[in-house]
Amino acid sequence: MKKAILYINQFFGQIGGEDKADFEPEIREGLVGPAMALNKYLKDAEVTHTIICGDNFMGSNEKEAVGRILGFLEGKEFDIFFAGPAFQAGRYGNACGVICKAVKEKFNVPAITSMHVENPGVEMFKKDVYIFKGGNNAGRMRRDMKIMADFGNKILNGEELLWADAEGYYGRGKRHQVWLESKEPAAKRVVKMLIDKLNGEKFQTELPIPKKDMVPIASAIKDLSKANIAVVTSGGIVPVDNPDRIQSASATRWGRYDYSKMDRLEAGVFKTIHAGFDPAAANADPNVIVPLDALRAYEKEGKIGKLHEYFYSTVGTGTTQGEAARMAKEIVEYLKEAKVDGVILIST
Amino acid sequence: MVKEIERAGFPIVQMCNLIPVATTVGSNRIVPTISIPYPLGNPADSKEQQWKLRYHRVGVALDALATDIKEPTVFKVKI
Repeated sequence: MKKAILYINQFFGQIGGEDKADFEPEIREGLVGPAMALNKYLKDAEVTHTIICGDNFMGSNEKEAVGRILGFLEGKEFDIFFAGPAFQAGRYGNACGVICKAVKEKFNVPAITSMHVENPGVEMFKKDVYIFKGGNNAGRMRRDMKIMADFGNKILNGEELLWADAEGYYGRGKRHQVWLESKEPAAKRVVKMLIDKLNGEKFQTELPIPKKDMVPIASAIKDLSKANIAVVTSGGIVPVDNPDRIQSASATRWGRYDYSKMDRLEAGVFKTIHAGFDPAAANADPNVIVPLDALRAYEKEGKIGKLHEYFYSTVGTGTTQGEAARMAKEIVEYLKEAKVDGVILIST
Repeated sequence: MVKEIERAGFPIVQMCNLIPVATTVGSNRIVPTISIPYPLGNPADSKEQQWKLRYHRVGVALDALATDIKEPTVFKVKI
């Protein structure tokens, strides 16, 4: 019987929600939470241990977290490592990628995880580990876990592994020589592609070049002491009654709030509605996310010309890149109108 | 959001905790914060310590907006 180990976060490890996101790594014998499903789907392997670590602990203390987890694994026998699935949860995706990469490098075992295409962990780690194309929420747990397990079974049984698209994981940017069953030579295939292209028909290249959407760097502000500075945040700071009814997760709405007559954001007047972290600190002092007090000080000192009258706020958890881009474009119109010179965006 | 605002021509600095995420998605000016729930002031520290940290890091962010860069840059903070 081969052996597998699974990494999950504090939520799936049944420790707790955002208030437990600082949970320090632990290893437990046997099955916790999703490990039961993984164990069921694995054919000739069993899950011997489950590792649990809080997403914020991993995000903010990566070296420490990875060091401790690799320490747990030292001397343990295992043939394969799994993490997640992480769905669209950004911090969890980051954690799964970090730990899979570290375990694979240290112990030289295959590492498998799963994420939704919009999880930033995909871009960060798809070159390093197998990341399967997963759903955007935990309702897809069983399905995503089964896909991970099926591929694990193939590896453990020494079956032939096909390329990324055929298996369902994100391309790792690796190219392998493949013998096609059709035995059709490259010359014929490329001419066929060319003809299709000339005819305006669909064709599929055999050497896809990945595209990355990079934005040109905007020129620096020439004279900060005359500049109009604006603040945007994805940390969900809003007036306590949340007048724009911005959603606490998967936001499609944003708001702008006048703070021109204030020197700091007072607790009880502003709060965060972000559902992706423990709000206690930001509710007690909203300036830890929208640093109005510090910006006012710089304005008084003359370091900046002025602070734009409004700050702009939405919630960045579970929010799709498409919605975020749309909201930003809407905000840009206001920034242009107010002749803003530079922007500080605080994300959580 | 950072990219769309920069695409419109505004210099923008992202203050965030998960630096590798910011660099991967294509932020150009980045200043680290200390955590996700409280980016600019740890409630376990005194009010004065929190203020010092916040004042310092916001200052680094403002300077970043006034700094010409050739490639995506993570600006260094001292506190």
